[in-house]
Amino acid sequence: MTRKVWALLCAGAIVIGAASCSAADEPGSDGGKVTISYGIWDKNQKPAMEKIAQEFTKAHPDIQVKVELTPGSKEYWPKLQTAAAGGSAPDVFWMNGPRVGLWASQGALAPLSERIAADRFDTSKFPKSLNDLYTLNGKQYGIPKDYDTIGLWYNKDLFDRAGVKHPDASWTWDDMRAAAKKLTDPAKGVWGIGAPAWPQELYYNTIYQAGGYVISPDGRKSGYDDPATIAGLRLWVDILTADKSSPTIKQTQDTDPIQLFQNGKLAMFWDGSYDAIAYNGTEGLNAGVAPLPAGPKGKATIIHGLANVVYAKSKHPDQAWEFVKFLGSEAANRIQAESGAVIPAYTGLEETWVRSMPKLDLKVFVDQVPDAVPYPRSLNTAAWSAKESELLSQAFSGAKDLDATARELAAFMNDALAKEAQG
Amino acid sequence: MNRREWAWGYLMIAPLVLGLGVFFLWPVAQSVYYSFTDWTLFGGSTWAGLDNYARLLRDPEVGQALWNTFQVMVLGLLVVPLAVLVAALLNTRGLRGVPVYRTLYFLPVVTMPAAVALIWRWLYSGEYGLINYLLSLAGVSGRSWIADPHTALYAVIVVFIWTYVGYFTVIFLAGLQGIPAHLYEAASIDGAGRVRQFFSITLPLLTPTIFFTSVLMVMYGLQMFDLLYLMFGKGSPAWADNKTIVLLFYTKAFEEGAKGYGAAIAVVLMAVTLAITAVQFRLQRKWVHYA
Repeated sequence: MTRKVWALLCAGAIVIGAASCSAADEPGSDGGKVTISYGIWDKNQKPAMEKIAQEFTKAHPDIQVKVELTPGSKEYWPKLQTAAAGGSAPDVFWMNGPRVGLWASQGALAPLSERIAADRFDTSKFPKSLNDLYTLNGKQYGIPKDYDTIGLWYNKDLFDRAGVKHPDASWTWDDMRAAAKKLTDPAKGVWGIGAPAWPQELYYNTIYQAGGYVISPDGRKSGYDDPATIAGLRLWVDILTADKSSPTIKQTQDTDPIQLFQNGKLAMFWDGSYDAIAYNGTEGLNAGVAPLPAGPKGKATIIHGLANVVYAKSKHPDQAWEFVKFLGSEAANRIQAESGAVIPAYTGLEETWVRSMPKLDLKVFVDQVPDAVPYPRSLNTAAWSAKESELLSQAFSGAKDLDATARELAAFMNDALAKEAQG
Repeated sequence: MNRREWAWGYLMIAPLVLGLGVFFLWPVAQSVYYSFTDWTLFGGSTWAGLDNYARLLRDPEVGQALWNTFQVMVLGLLVVPLAVLVAALLNTRGLRGVPVYRTLYFLPVVTMPAAVALIWRWLYSGEYGLINYLLSLAGVSGRSWIADPHTALYAVIVVFIWTYVGYFTVIFLAGLQGIPAHLYEAASIDGAGRVRQFFSITLPLLTPTIFFTSVLMVMYGLQMFDLLYLMFGKGSPAWADNKTIVLLFYTKAFEEGAKGYGAAIAVVLMAVTLAITAVQFRLQRKWVHYA
């Protein structure tokens, strides 16, 4: 590490130290008024979160909420982990599926089940898969905030120019591969489809469409040595290496495939509902979205959603819960829906989100929920997910044999899962 | 000295000693302690004895990371001759535009690593990069330098060297100016040419500076992290085989949440650094001339 980095770290430590000191000086509960903090990582959602915080203070004049933004989840998690280890994480913060197991099992999150029961808070307003994602050993740790599914985005202009029929709900893998080959035009620098080695947007979906699994339902066993799982991965390897209808892994490393799609270089791209706002606002991009094509074992899309959680060592747990309850209310979800950034978790408000961008057929994302598979996770997802992306990106780039790599990954993952089980 | 003077002496060095103790020595001691524990994400450690070290010996990633780090260290030392060359050229009498050159070579030193990484990522890009464009003019087809596992580490080492040339040039310029002019006069009276002067006067008298800079560079090389972290993107095929020891430490401790194991990796790095530096200090007696 260079001295510049150290200097930055030290400066950062001083700033953070000063900030936490000043927070402590604010009037505490004895003054009647309480300020709680709310940690988030998406700057696009900050305006909506601040609006919700203001509405909350209107209803609870004694509780102020300070929205603390750490831009980018890559920075958010290390910072939050360090803060939590030091006992100073925000009172309420965003949690995701891959991490909730570790945070909850290590006692960093306050269990909410008793409060839910005592206040008769209605969790049936949220999709069951999301409530389940944040429930461990029978205790619920988070109130669902939003959700996302994956869709097949396509560039209408490129399809029309090549004379290819637009994708629809009847499509299978074969339809998609055939179309991708037809749409690929090296002379113009246009590819039929983008296939970066991304789990949530790409290969997790095809694994379940092929009848495979990433992790067994009891969380004990890796699915990567299952032939069906490998078939789900093979689709992308074939598209990349046999069909050559996608930019290579190296090319999508050099240039973000989201940008390639925005610039009309990709005819198709699998991406989540969370990028709708970006594609909707891209000048000159005539985008459409269809349900994911069916694999050998039918349809599947990965569903994931964030939750609002209460920090176990919060100094104001009652006020924090009050705020989390408000975040789970219809009023707060409506504010989220109108902003268009995410699909609100609250049932009945999807339409508000769908209507927020009339140019796009966003209903596709909501309609896929019955086929949705929860985001694969274990207690300590991070112990194997870094290896997963490392190994599979090598297989996707053609540097390693897919079968051998998948088996290597399964062995590594089973080892990590066995360690988890020991506690 | 009487006791009063001793007390004043200690008082004067207290700020430094305290700072060093609190922010440096105490964390080092803690790291060593935690390397013998199973330390989870949010505190709460249990004694694990030598488990972490046993795992370290069995982990093929550690060997790979040590080898990568070794390459960074050795190739990084190329910065020393480069900086000597730049400094010698800049020291030429009658050279015009020196302030311009000084600005140019010192610019990388004062640039944020994040900005450096971003710009070089563009330069190295397989399709739109300037480097491949220039190569194409010469009829050579380049590759995705950063995303290709075979070139990624070397591409980053080039940037690593580039960022330090300016810094070391300044040190060498100071070293050159410390060489008495009368030595050169005497040499030219004896009929020594410029090349002979360089090898018989400049180089031997620069050896203390060369020693100092190579000790520094070895440490920077062993601790290389930021450029790799910033230049390899999410899901890059280059990640797997191109980790340095500090990058491996970061992955284990902060991404996978195995902080005890991470601490053991850090302790190994510290031992390696100490050993190499000790060897350097031992060998310097043989080649460093203090005038």
